[in-house]
Amino acid sequence: MPYIPHTSDDVRTMLDRIGVGTIDDLFDEIPKALRIDALEGVPDALPEMDVARLAGVRAAADGQPLNFIGAGAYEHHIPAPVWALVTRGEIYSAYTPYQAEASQGTLQIMYEYQSMIAGLNAMDVSNASLYDGASALAEACLMAVRAHRRSKSARILMPSTVNPACRRVARAITEGQGLRLDAVPYDAATGRIDPKSLAAYAGEDITAIVVPQPNFFGQLEDADALTRWARANGALVIAAVNPVPLALLSPPGEWGDGGADISCGDAQPFGVPLSSGGPYVGFMACRMEHVRQMPGRIAGRTVDTEGTPGFTLTLQAREQHIRRAKATSNICTNQGLLMTAATIHLALLGPAGLARVARACIARTNDLVAALGRLPGVRAAFAGPRFHEAVLKLDRPVAPLLESLAAEGIIGGFDLARDYPELGDALLVCATETRTRADIEVYASALGRALGRPKAA
Amino acid sequence: MARHKPEPLVFELSRPGRGATAQYPAAESADVPEAFRRRQPPPLPEVSELQAVRHYTRLSQLNFGIDTHFYPLGSCTMKYNPRACNSLAMLPGFLGRHPLAQAATGQGVMACLFELQEMLKHVTGMAGVSLTPMAGAQGEFAGVAMIRAYHRGRGDLARTEIIVPDAAHGTNPATATMCGMKVREIPTLPDGDVDIAALEAALSPVTAGIMLTNPSTLGVFERRIVEIARKVHAAGGLLYYDGANLNAILGKVRPGDMGFDVIHMNLHKTFSTPHGGGGPGSGAVGVGQRLLPYLPVPVVAREGERYRWLDERELPESIGRLSGFMGNTGVLLRAWVYMRILGAAGMRRVAEYSTLNANYLLARLQQAGFDAAYPGRRASHEFILTLKRQAREQGVTAMDFAKRLLDHGYHAPTTYFPLLVPECLLIEPTESETREELDGFVEALSAIRREAETDAAAVKSAPHTMPVRRLDDVRAARQLDVAWKPAVA
Repeated sequence: MPYIPHTSDDVRTMLDRIGVGTIDDLFDEIPKALRIDALEGVPDALPEMDVARLAGVRAAADGQPLNFIGAGAYEHHIPAPVWALVTRGEIYSAYTPYQAEASQGTLQIMYEYQSMIAGLNAMDVSNASLYDGASALAEACLMAVRAHRRSKSARILMPSTVNPACRRVARAITEGQGLRLDAVPYDAATGRIDPKSLAAYAGEDITAIVVPQPNFFGQLEDADALTRWARANGALVIAAVNPVPLALLSPPGEWGDGGADISCGDAQPFGVPLSSGGPYVGFMACRMEHVRQMPGRIAGRTVDTEGTPGFTLTLQAREQHIRRAKATSNICTNQGLLMTAATIHLALLGPAGLARVARACIARTNDLVAALGRLPGVRAAFAGPRFHEAVLKLDRPVAPLLESLAAEGIIGGFDLARDYPELGDALLVCATETRTRADIEVYASALGRALGRPKAA
Repeated sequence: MARHKPEPLVFELSRPGRGATAQYPAAESADVPEAFRRRQPPPLPEVSELQAVRHYTRLSQLNFGIDTHFYPLGSCTMKYNPRACNSLAMLPGFLGRHPLAQAATGQGVMACLFELQEMLKHVTGMAGVSLTPMAGAQGEFAGVAMIRAYHRGRGDLARTEIIVPDAAHGTNPATATMCGMKVREIPTLPDGDVDIAALEAALSPVTAGIMLTNPSTLGVFERRIVEIARKVHAAGGLLYYDGANLNAILGKVRPGDMGFDVIHMNLHKTFSTPHGGGGPGSGAVGVGQRLLPYLPVPVVAREGERYRWLDERELPESIGRLSGFMGNTGVLLRAWVYMRILGAAGMRRVAEYSTLNANYLLARLQQAGFDAAYPGRRASHEFILTLKRQAREQGVTAMDFAKRLLDHGYHAPTTYFPLLVPECLLIEPTESETREELDGFVEALSAIRREAETDAAAVKSAPHTMPVRRLDDVRAARQLDVAWKPAVA
């Protein structure tokens, strides 16, 4: 019996102790009419060996293409120690540290993670993770409404340069509480929010503005100007950031005059594999004045009865198991394992390694834009500073090109046709430190060949 | 696990200029423009690769996990997490795949996800499944949001109330609030079943639905579930099944057959994906016919031999997207491996042997003189002891027993939940434990009770052998220290 250790002798002895004749007798409180005799529609058991073979065939079929796509999930080098450590049984098979004395490892890792995330963002505090970047943005919007007591509108300015999937998630999660997410258009020449365009909202009750950095197009927003606008107009600032370039970029806590109020994003680029979309790890940090409105677990450092330093879950009065209907969120289990991966990853890279990764991303993306931009019918859509993504305009529909590239083992980017039809035939490409110049040449020549073919009628 | 010198923070191991340089890419001069640059480098630690490996290995050794200790944490289903689930989910073809890559390069992973959807439909008796919710609480959110969407879709805007028994997990009322619903709590009878008279009094034209866990958090099966379903449906409400305790009934009885309209499953409980020190979870949702149009997107569809994702365009009434991509895919793959290895018969055995272990442990503890909270009832896969007698007679509380258990090498059961049973331990042994392990646990609890009679102080000051003694939670909250800060130069 897979994963069940009982011998027939055990079963006999145990049933005798309980005082019943058969295991089925233990289900006698369940109405007979409800009970089923067998599970239909579920295959028979397979030994591990056979499942391994099936999984191996399927994984191999999916291949290992060259990724030039980001759009919210990024391929980075993951140091070998990260997952060797994360999959240690003491980490992998533990749970939420409810018994602090038997969970000091997990709790100290949470504290170190919180310190790293707070430090990267130049914020006072961080929680110990949310599900992913998209749901973290949704939670940040709900948190802003709780935190901004003077604002009655529950109205959030949500620029269209925020990742469209994140905007959809924010809408789905905040809708029940009646939040209003107002789209702010971007400037067609720069691909970023023109701070002057916010003048239209002056004098209105705006709870918060979301400032993406870099934005979905890879462009750097004028975060200082946007933050200053928010301060002047009584709105909170929610930063939605990729944490990798924070090695180089001005952190949310230092934007404008006084910094952002809440910073959130996805820490997936820190040691978490792409894995078809998850599990990733949402992060959230904030200024101390908002900490009691923050959702999620928080580890704190304290002392034990003998004065020895130790760690424990703290500020639990915010959480569902204490506050029930009045909790800051329903979140319970979050992304502990990935939080651990991110912590180890950041410990290995440190400030110098992370800065190198960020610089290599910029360099490779510049190389990529230059190489593809030399092809006929391809040009960069926006000028101005960017991080590791760029929008390219093409002279024909993107989808068929991406299909033909995929057939050659190249994932060529993200087709913007659905979310940004006004851009025409536009492609969002990405190159991280994992792409070499040779990879870029492979992509450029494959795209060149595809473009050399006549356009489909 | 002996008392130890505290492991320093990784920041305290840091020295300027040190680093795990094998992990650095080649240096590049590219940078962000001056106006965007940060003034100070981020305060991250600078340690060697060995220092990092040793530090996190040592931290791991301060933990109890299933791989090292019996972990009977009630309501959490801490069973063995088969290693195959991890190694197969981490095959390079699965691990390196970008979520937005063309479907042609994802047929392998999508085949697994489609099979998982189908298997979950059958084990729950539901008409459709979406895998995207990233934890049980998000599955709950999806469920209540679908209930809300269903009523609104029928133009019935008055239904804004969710009924929740007082024994429910805290996530239930918190979820209802998050969905903009009002919570109406109903009491539980002394035998552990829902108070049907109170339910009838609570049902009204504003009832959107009821959230139930069955078996309940009290470790007993709700015997009048069919009657409850009939009454709630007759009042125009829907039934939500909190799948936290699905392990107890897997393959024996299906929530869909009980009359539930929507269910979330905790794949990290019932289907043995790792708990990871607090996630990742996975809260797949299943629905009956009525709620099919509202399932969160994306869901996997099979067309002939090909798989593809269905999104808002095909399912326009969907409650939408709850994750940036398609949920915790790596967790879903682990659940798929587990289910394929178990097969249909293996899944039924999960319920049978987890129930056998719980009832055996309960019987032995009762025979050893402990008090069951619901002595007249059959245990499901978990049960509650109440230590109020010990608290009254020796002044030794459930928390004291829990802490002293750690010294005996057992993770403590869930303490002080459900809230309505005084001095309670919620104990869930799971099917993967041997009889010897359960016997050892009975011995340990009995030894602690004997110790409480002769040396209560030793129990009240436990644990004695952990890396730390009891921690000052009040100080943690009052003198908030939640992030290391560099010393100001």
